[in-house]
Amino acid sequence: MHPDEPTPDQIYSEQVYRKMGLNDVEYSLVVELLGRKPNLTETGIFGVMWSEHCSYKNSKPLLSRFPVDGPEVLQGPGEGAGVVDIGDGYAFVFKVESHNHPSAIEPYQGAATGVGGILRDIFSMGARPVAILNSLRFGPLSNNEPGNASTSRTRYLFRRVVAGIAGYGNCIGVPTVGGEVCFDECYTGNPLVNAMGVGILRHDQLQHGRAEGAGKSVIYVGSATGRDGIHGATFASEELNKDSDTKRPSVQVGDPFMGKLLIEACLEVYESGAIYSVQDMGAAGLTCSSTEMSDKGGVGMKLNLNLVPQRAENMSAYEIMLSESQERMLFVANPGREEEVFAICKKWNVPAVTIGHVIEEPVLRLKHHDETVAELPLKTVCGSTPIYQRESKIPEGVLERQKQSALTWDVPEDLFSVFQQLIQTPELSSKSWVYQQYDYMVRTNTSVRPGSDAAVVRVEGTDKSLAMSIDGNSRYVFLDPKTGGKIAVAEAARNVVCSGGRPSAITDCLNFGNPENQEIFWQLEQAVSGMAEVCNFLNLPVTGGNVSLYNETEGKAIYPTPVVGVVGLIEHNVQTTTLFFKNTGDVLLLLGDTKNELGGSVYQHMQMGKIFGIPPELDLEKELTLQQAVLESIRSGNVLSAHDLSHGGLALALLTSCTDDLGVSIDWKIDLRPDVALFSESQSRILLSVSPKNAASVESRMRQKKVPCVRIGKVVSGRFDISLDSFSIIQSALQPLRDLWQNAIEREMEFPV
Amino acid sequence: MRCAVLVFPGSNCDSDLYKAANSVEGLEAEYVWYKSESLDSFDAVLIPGGFSYGDALRVGALAARAPVLKALRGAADSGIRILGICNGFQILTECGLLPGALHRNSGLRFICKTTPLQVVNTDCQFTTGYKKNSVTHIHLPIAHGEGNYTCDSETLRKLEDNGQIVFRYSGNNPNGSVANIAGITNEAGNVLGMMPHPERAMTKWMGSEDGRILFESMRH
Amino acid sequence: MTKGIVTVSLKQNVLDPQGQAVLHSLQTLGFPEAQNVRIGKSIEVWLEESNPQQAESRLQEMCEALLVNSVIEDYRFEIVEV
Repeated sequence: MHPDEPTPDQIYSEQVYRKMGLNDVEYSLVVELLGRKPNLTETGIFGVMWSEHCSYKNSKPLLSRFPVDGPEVLQGPGEGAGVVDIGDGYAFVFKVESHNHPSAIEPYQGAATGVGGILRDIFSMGARPVAILNSLRFGPLSNNEPGNASTSRTRYLFRRVVAGIAGYGNCIGVPTVGGEVCFDECYTGNPLVNAMGVGILRHDQLQHGRAEGAGKSVIYVGSATGRDGIHGATFASEELNKDSDTKRPSVQVGDPFMGKLLIEACLEVYESGAIYSVQDMGAAGLTCSSTEMSDKGGVGMKLNLNLVPQRAENMSAYEIMLSESQERMLFVANPGREEEVFAICKKWNVPAVTIGHVIEEPVLRLKHHDETVAELPLKTVCGSTPIYQRESKIPEGVLERQKQSALTWDVPEDLFSVFQQLIQTPELSSKSWVYQQYDYMVRTNTSVRPGSDAAVVRVEGTDKSLAMSIDGNSRYVFLDPKTGGKIAVAEAARNVVCSGGRPSAITDCLNFGNPENQEIFWQLEQAVSGMAEVCNFLNLPVTGGNVSLYNETEGKAIYPTPVVGVVGLIEHNVQTTTLFFKNTGDVLLLLGDTKNELGGSVYQHMQMGKIFGIPPELDLEKELTLQQAVLESIRSGNVLSAHDLSHGGLALALLTSCTDDLGVSIDWKIDLRPDVALFSESQSRILLSVSPKNAASVESRMRQKKVPCVRIGKVVSGRFDISLDSFSIIQSALQPLRDLWQNAIEREMEFPV
Repeated sequence: MRCAVLVFPGSNCDSDLYKAANSVEGLEAEYVWYKSESLDSFDAVLIPGGFSYGDALRVGALAARAPVLKALRGAADSGIRILGICNGFQILTECGLLPGALHRNSGLRFICKTTPLQVVNTDCQFTTGYKKNSVTHIHLPIAHGEGNYTCDSETLRKLEDNGQIVFRYSGNNPNGSVANIAGITNEAGNVLGMMPHPERAMTKWMGSEDGRILFESMRH
Repeated sequence: MTKGIVTVSLKQNVLDPQGQAVLHSLQTLGFPEAQNVRIGKSIEVWLEESNPQQAESRLQEMCEALLVNSVIEDYRFEIVEV
């Protein structure tokens, strides 16, 4: 035992366990399970393994509502990432993870290590990572106060988070192909950084994380262990307050160069067949990997901590077990094949050393300096977390807010000026300032780059592609969590369909406030319920994901923000579709119903400075029919571009579909106020451009399937003209509007007022 | 024509370059590990992009001192074609096979986009295909944070006088390179270093096929 | 044991956009007297060599072989006892 360590009795009497994330009830349960008081190392192990991040103790009852199975699911929740079959012996691997709290403190490294971590989850399954996507949320970039400290800080966080993702992703050689960036006051103190990874493997390359077979060597691979990130897992499960800055040492530092070497070494080791199983050392480091691997296989592990490569002096057992040093993996080798593992790792200059063995008795036994410093039955660590059945209560004000009419202002006199303002809000403007910092082309398989509804990456060696996107919404969820949750999933699926793919599965990241607060728990419960309903209806299994709770600063929570990552299969590369217009003269078809639905819209927020009313309605039958009809039309070769309508409504969808020279001429007869017609965010709508000769057959298919379909105009050169019922609303050359939209964030970031 | 694709720890675009070369009739690519001592059996050497050695110390600095460099210098001397792309270009300047140096983009940000280029010299060993197709303006993707080419005025004069400047950025200069330089050769003309990625412009679906012509030019 | 401390800086005629960005930030933060900024780096090399002249000569070789790119960088160094 380390000389300065508190004794088991002191841990009890001085409540040291609280610093490790265990409350009184949980600590008592630990004592009961063990039949004795735990020492510091053991308490630390329980502290991380019983944290929300590792145990899902608050969210498990809700997550069980998600469908997790399906005929294509090869691996659901429970391993590093989900695995879904795509035919021809191939499968994709994917998952999303959050790194919110570290990014608030040290944005560059927080974001970088978020990317590193999700990539390790992907290749721990045996797959080469092929794509990264990110969902980012910040406070407003500016308000009307020049030199304002809060917006200055927000710009700093935004700049550094993007730099961190770029710095790590570009160096490790995996393209960052997509994502979203949103801005709202509620994220000012709590930025959100959700990172999604996607990989591809052949079925025979699939790895698992179960330790099995007493005697097998346990091999530590990767960077040496230092003192970084200790208690990162518990830190992730706490609220941020003024002291959080002094928690800086909790932030891990990433090394993407080692990350790259690790990928190559691991893939080569897998190919050799020398290992039995593998897990990455992520949150809770060696503790999580060793206990989970053993518990999954019903075995135990005996580790000699003196053998763990260390880069700090005099590390205690506690520190070694809880360190979250990055770029480390844990292998269980096949008997007698250790030397092959070492040889491959040596070739790539990746440290690898045996640190212990699998044992039959299902305990974790740790030795340090010839003493046994921890002895824990795995069932106590992994299977015994109390699961909290939280109470929920409808937050005050929710029902009143829903009863309000969403449209409480008159038609603006100068609608064109409103439109120009809208397209420059960071929420809606082009994110090219962000994605041009990411290498989205490396590996030369990206066939659809950032800027369309979904990114598309080819599956090398086949005629297939994967369409992928990551989307969340928070304003709708805030107004009505159940509907908002439903929309989150429906929209993700719709983005894949617009790219020519059939959505296969989703991964979710639930970003919420403090679940011990009944109102927050209500939001979580309702959102999950809405998401689950759509997942079941659309046959979308949730193969894994992440829960990030306690996103609050000084007691004020973020909007409930479920984020959905989706991957779908494009059966033949030729079916790949983008949202960009292709030729002058092409016919524009608007599918779906447009209604007066401004609740939670960007337009409402811009006009009123807040959101109220109810979010747009989602009719699942209509949504499914729409998706099926569009996919069929795409597959029959009749669609030139497809774009789903969401934030910013039809007006924004039209502008984002334009290219440098292809614009629109619209004349749409709709019985709505002009601003409502243009900016309403009604769901289940898609904009198609089709060639004049194919328009009739597409319309006929829509009629047959009862999908509302109306010709609203055509693609023209150099103009952006919109008339409603022959009354001209917007008349502009295309280029100036494109400039405003394209460069808004650049202007905000490079020349802040 | 056998092409060696060098692989350093941290090279990322090696497989892209390998695929690209192999997709051109007449070219056959093979990976060569950075510890290799011989490049004798090859007719050309391709040095890929990426972040060799994590860009430690300076971009390309450690790779330029790797064991295979001895053979690379021999290959350059013997007159066979050497193509360095992005990090490959950085490595070629670091080891002195090309003059000047590459450092941080003047805008201080990594930039990834397809960029218009002027093919300034269509007579060099890598660009005759552009001449054949009467093409002097092309589009190739760039993706770099340290593509800012710099050299002293005497070197610049020599490059211009000898026709060693092969590609220039023709739209906005994305990184501050002196004289908008995007790619140069050595005096002998057999070593080309360029920041844009021709291996990322091989097919229509990649967005541009302008890179293919460069590889095709290498066959003659 | 001695330690060589090498200070590497960009040559005068090489544009330093990072330095410019930092200068601008300093001035915005309320340091108008800042007139120019150039950013370099410090490299420390611990040497098992007690003879200072030998250490100097070897350190110079290291600078020329690897630590400094003489096309765009200048350097100076000092040797200290540790």
